[in-house]
Amino acid sequence: MSWAGKLLRVNLTTAEITTESLNEEWKNDYLGSRGLASKYLSEEIDPACDPLSAENKMIMATGPLTGTSAATAGRYVVVTKGPLTNCIACSNSGGFIGAEMKNAGWDMVIFEGKSPKPVYLYVENDKAELLDADEIWGTSVWNTDEWLHNKHQDPLLRIAAVGRPAENGCFYAGIVNDLHRAAGRSGVGSVMASKNLKAVAIRGTKGVGNISDPEGFMKAVNEGKAVLAENPVTGQGLPAYGTQVLMNVINEIGALPAHNMKDVQFDGAHAISGEAMHEPRKSDGKPNLTTNAACFGCTIACGRISTIDQGHFSVENKSQYWGNSGGLEYEAAWALGADNGVDDLDALTYVNFICNEEGFDPITFGATVAAAMEMYEDGVLTKEQTGGIEFNFGSALALTKAADWVAANEGFGVDLALGSKRLCEKYGRPELSMTVKGQEFPAYDPRGIQGIGLNYATSNRGACHVRGYTVASEVLGIPEKTDPLTAEGKPGLVKAFQDATGAVDSSGICLFTTFAWSLDNIAPQVEAACGGGWTAERLAEVGERIWNLEREFNLKAGITSADDTLPARLRTEAAKTGPAKGLVSKVEEMMPEYYELRGWSTDGVPTEETRKKLGLS
Amino acid sequence: MNITLKCFASLKRHLPNHAKANQAPVEINENMSVHQAIDYFKIDREEAYLVILNGVFVCPPDRDSTMLKENDTLALWPEVAGG
Ligand code: SF4
Repeated sequence: MSWAGKLLRVNLTTAEITTESLNEEWKNDYLGSRGLASKYLSEEIDPACDPLSAENKMIMATGPLTGTSAATAGRYVVVTKGPLTNCIACSNSGGFIGAEMKNAGWDMVIFEGKSPKPVYLYVENDKAELLDADEIWGTSVWNTDEWLHNKHQDPLLRIAAVGRPAENGCFYAGIVNDLHRAAGRSGVGSVMASKNLKAVAIRGTKGVGNISDPEGFMKAVNEGKAVLAENPVTGQGLPAYGTQVLMNVINEIGALPAHNMKDVQFDGAHAISGEAMHEPRKSDGKPNLTTNAACFGCTIACGRISTIDQGHFSVENKSQYWGNSGGLEYEAAWALGADNGVDDLDALTYVNFICNEEGFDPITFGATVAAAMEMYEDGVLTKEQTGGIEFNFGSALALTKAADWVAANEGFGVDLALGSKRLCEKYGRPELSMTVKGQEFPAYDPRGIQGIGLNYATSNRGACHVRGYTVASEVLGIPEKTDPLTAEGKPGLVKAFQDATGAVDSSGICLFTTFAWSLDNIAPQVEAACGGGWTAERLAEVGERIWNLEREFNLKAGITSADDTLPARLRTEAAKTGPAKGLVSKVEEMMPEYYELRGWSTDGVPTEETRKKLGLS
Repeated sequence: MNITLKCFASLKRHLPNHAKANQAPVEINENMSVHQAIDYFKIDREEAYLVILNGVFVCPPDRDSTMLKENDTLALWPEVAGG
């Protein structure tokens, strides 16, 4: 079985907490985590609701493998309607709180309504209560974490919290757990804060039982771990260099968006790369990277723990940032660095610390700063509007100040908290927002990697790389190499990646296992844990069902096929350098075939036949 | 003939001492294929998983027939991924 079989329903308006059995039919159709929570959300809210109103709900959910001994089985998701995108949002996080929730005996927690005053949810196994959060409202995630640990005198309490930007309605605030892991995208933190919910603190000591076939499970899990250990990516590359190993790769192939996606290569890429994080600094001879780190049950350990040079201007007289903390991942390093033309590793690490401390998404933040820099250089924004600071590309000072302002909701930070779409609309330059459905792009240029552009355009939570990471195939040759510059065959590749990802996310394990595992490695683990005939084919079908469910939510929320596109810059302004020189994204050419493979009408609506095939009701 | 050799991640150890930022100008013989150059730098062919010549991936079957030219940039990685 492996599911705990129970969920907590927390009505914040009435402060009533009830328990429910997990819907049997839905868990067989949607597995858990992303899929199951999306099903609950779709059934329980009007997709057209205002995401920051009491009508929206927020679900924290684990998968059937979460908390088990399977490798990387610490994942949990936050599913809600996202304020950044007005689409269904599902933000996935590692760390330890997901496993803790499962160990406390809960598959998911559904938050509904809005509390009349700031509260936090405290869960200790079967006990769940809403407690007063007045004292921590208006403070950072890190402060909240410390306060809760002190108050409950429990160092093993696992905490997810929002910071000040979420409270202030920043459109891209996330929910940070375990200090530097985050359900980071689409503004899920702002939904949490809009409900006056400051934090969720969980202690679970029950263990995860209900394994359908314990012996078979141990065998499948051990086989899976052996594959991860032997694979060069999951066994060596990710632990040593983290995701940041990609910076030089993507720059070399001419697909590293830079300067708000005006360019596809960045001269300063090496200075902010995974390799640079290993190099000793001039000042103290220490490298940026202190060590790697693992989430619950992870045998890969891709996490980065870093320090900032104590002499760097960003931390002058700020000794609280002189110690180790969560370091740069590739997406953050790109958004804060290449997209802004900033090649100062310490400045990027500082901003990354602030994003973790205060809970906001470094991808959307970085890309929003990039849009602001372009508007500044175009003369749309003046120095008076940007806090008296020159806001040119390349300015590490502007970047670090911008992070401080967003954290405190001060000055130009109020504008930057809008995200690039609303910011560029406000200043009359909507074409400078590099977004799909309101969400900013990650670190791969669709002109140099064609498949990822189609994935961005069709991703149900707005531009996102982890909905269908075709970069694995198009650039890295996993599971096999395809040509990044061609559109041919990409609709099928994108669909296959998207469907498989839905299943991986819904099982409760980390997507990074798929650099070594296929669904054939995952299915035996899910089957031994859950029972009931889980095969790779069934998992792929679950993924496809989830994709269509999310799509239908978005259609009801007002999304149309016109939203399945990329900004004009990527469709009309050719790449200037590298192998993609002269190319634009061929997203429009790929879309009809993608719709057809999905079983959607030419308007992007799932046909009756598709709905019937997938059992969507 | 001069080319630029770039070696990243664990392949960095194969770079000459004068390398900076994971790259170095190097001299090789004329008429060398990609594979011959990899052998010349004493890099295990299997370990050089991602082979990118002037920004473009060279797939394994083409590594014997693709010849290097003056001023080419040959960039090598072991099998890596991120995201
Ligand atoms: S691979 Fe990285 S992100 Fe995934 S569970 Fe392990 S440490 Fe966490």
